[in-house]
Amino acid sequence: MSVTLGEAVTGAARGEKRTAWLSWLNPAYLIAGLLLLVLPALVGDFVLFSIFAWSLCLGMVALSLMFLAGYGGMVSLAQLTIAGIAGYMVAIFGTNGTGTGLGWPWWTVLPAAIAVAVAFATLIGALAVRTAGIYTIMITMAIAAAFFYFARQNYPIFNGYNGFNLVLPPKLFGVDWRQPLPFYYLTLAFATLSYAAVLYVSRSTFGLALQGIRDNARRMEAIGFNVVAHRIAANAFAGLIAAVAGIFLVWFNGGISPGSVGFGPAIDILVIAIIGGIRHPIGPFIGALIYALLSTFAMDLVDPIIGRERFKLIIGIGFLVIVLFSPDGILGLWDRLRARMAVSRDCA
Amino acid sequence: MKLFISTFLNGLTLAALYFLVASGFTLVFGLMRNVNMAHGSLYLIGGYIAYSVVEATGMFLLGFAAAFISMAVAGVLLQTLIFRHMEGQDLRQTMVTIGLSIIFADLALWIWGGEFYQIYPPDWLFGATAFPVVVDAKSNGDPVYFTYPIVRLFILGVAIVIGVGLWLVLNRTRIGMMIRAGVDDREMLTATGINIQFVFVVVFAVGAGLAGIAGVVGSIFSSLAPGEDVRYLLASLVVVIVGGMGSITGAALGALLIGLAEQFGSVYLPTYAIAFSFLIMVAVLAFRPQGIMGAAK
Repeated sequence: MSVTLGEAVTGAARGEKRTAWLSWLNPAYLIAGLLLLVLPALVGDFVLFSIFAWSLCLGMVALSLMFLAGYGGMVSLAQLTIAGIAGYMVAIFGTNGTGTGLGWPWWTVLPAAIAVAVAFATLIGALAVRTAGIYTIMITMAIAAAFFYFARQNYPIFNGYNGFNLVLPPKLFGVDWRQPLPFYYLTLAFATLSYAAVLYVSRSTFGLALQGIRDNARRMEAIGFNVVAHRIAANAFAGLIAAVAGIFLVWFNGGISPGSVGFGPAIDILVIAIIGGIRHPIGPFIGALIYALLSTFAMDLVDPIIGRERFKLIIGIGFLVIVLFSPDGILGLWDRLRARMAVSRDCA
Repeated sequence: MKLFISTFLNGLTLAALYFLVASGFTLVFGLMRNVNMAHGSLYLIGGYIAYSVVEATGMFLLGFAAAFISMAVAGVLLQTLIFRHMEGQDLRQTMVTIGLSIIFADLALWIWGGEFYQIYPPDWLFGATAFPVVVDAKSNGDPVYFTYPIVRLFILGVAIVIGVGLWLVLNRTRIGMMIRAGVDDREMLTATGINIQFVFVVVFAVGAGLAGIAGVVGSIFSSLAPGEDVRYLLASLVVVIVGGMGSITGAALGALLIGLAEQFGSVYLPTYAIAFSFLIMVAVLAFRPQGIMGAAK
């Protein structure tokens, strides 16, 4: 039984309504949703744009990694590369500051960029699934680094070291979508959509089969599932989310350069997903929010102690502590805390 | 002709450097299934330490010893303090090494700053040597011989000596036999009563020490700076994927292929040079996923 990309994607879209509807019944979702909707009234433009919109963009990239790692058991370091390819394609097909863009209208640029990125993701998937487990991480990392060096070396297509600037969202319906308020709501909408899509796919036949493959690929193969096809389709689906996130990231940054798809940022995506937790799609968003808060404010926090340049050290140590003591990230800590509270309640 | 020979030799010396970094990586991976993402950090910090030692003492060869010993100690500490406690959890170990590499990179930046460091070879390695190959003729008819920097040949020599040494240790000694047995079947080796933890520590120490030596070689070859750790981690990844995990011969072969491809690529097709090594990797993965010398599992 193999599920193609098309089926998985339309399946996700079809189930959107039902899953979202069910989710609204959960009070946690209701509160979180309300908070996110009224957030612009509570915080200033800077926090709205540079913290929340940014964490939603990062969260979407990390979400695609979470889908692969959490449900597929494939830890891919190339998700940011896929996002980066989508971003580069937006700059190349559309308009950019260097004037080398093809200048297509936005409704051709965006689908084309997504298509290229998803095709690349599928290709990466096809390569990575030839090996298993720990090899996946090595191969995807090699691919990510290769793309970084390639984009930096290549001037005819990727404009080398400088990349592209002034890549901005189209001014649709008379709204400047890069203003903090519209941009926040736009990213929120698409982040919610991707979140619901991941949740839906994880509960679909395809998602359940994928989780079966994660737990025991040989057994799934034996009962007739096409393991390779499932894994490739999972890569394509994750690629779709990463591609959408990549478009938002390029708009957020107002441009793209090899540095933003390099090894460091790719590792950051992994850090975000792991810190948040890869057992549930909400994890990456929690991780992204923590990351965005830390990278904006930790510099001031650690300044008096070890100097503001040591931000990476804090991130590294935090990541190490999480990996060493709570493999399920913040979500795992939360679950454990709840379990302990339940136990103490029972005892009392 | 001249360009071709020098590109070929440059490729060969680059391959020598790649082999030095990748051999430690592949040893550790082959035996312990530990993808050491901090391998590049060991390379960089080993190089930095050697630089500081050479600067302080003025003794060139002492740099090699300092890099090897300090990184070997770091390797022993990593293995005994951290990895020993998470045996068999490949993914978690990898995550831990990623966390360590972030921390090491920042510590190195803290201590040595963002400057470029280069270790200058001593006088006896300075200058160029002439090859008995005529590449040109002067106006008066005298032949012009092909010349090449001695220090690069020295690097090539170091890599060959280390490679042969590793091969001899692995194939002709008792500990080498244990390591090879461990690569093939760890459980059986443990069952024969061998103290596998000891073998692990030795292998991790040697692997980390080799990364340190590679750092010294790299700082002579080009220079050390933040970011070089990632570059050489990537190089060892690609070399090991191409050559086959856990095989020293595979590492040598992979290093040769990637080193030559990169040099020829950057000379003859500069903007697409990196694509060559990538294409080699893709081709190997497509036709022989376990790598050229890798054993099928």
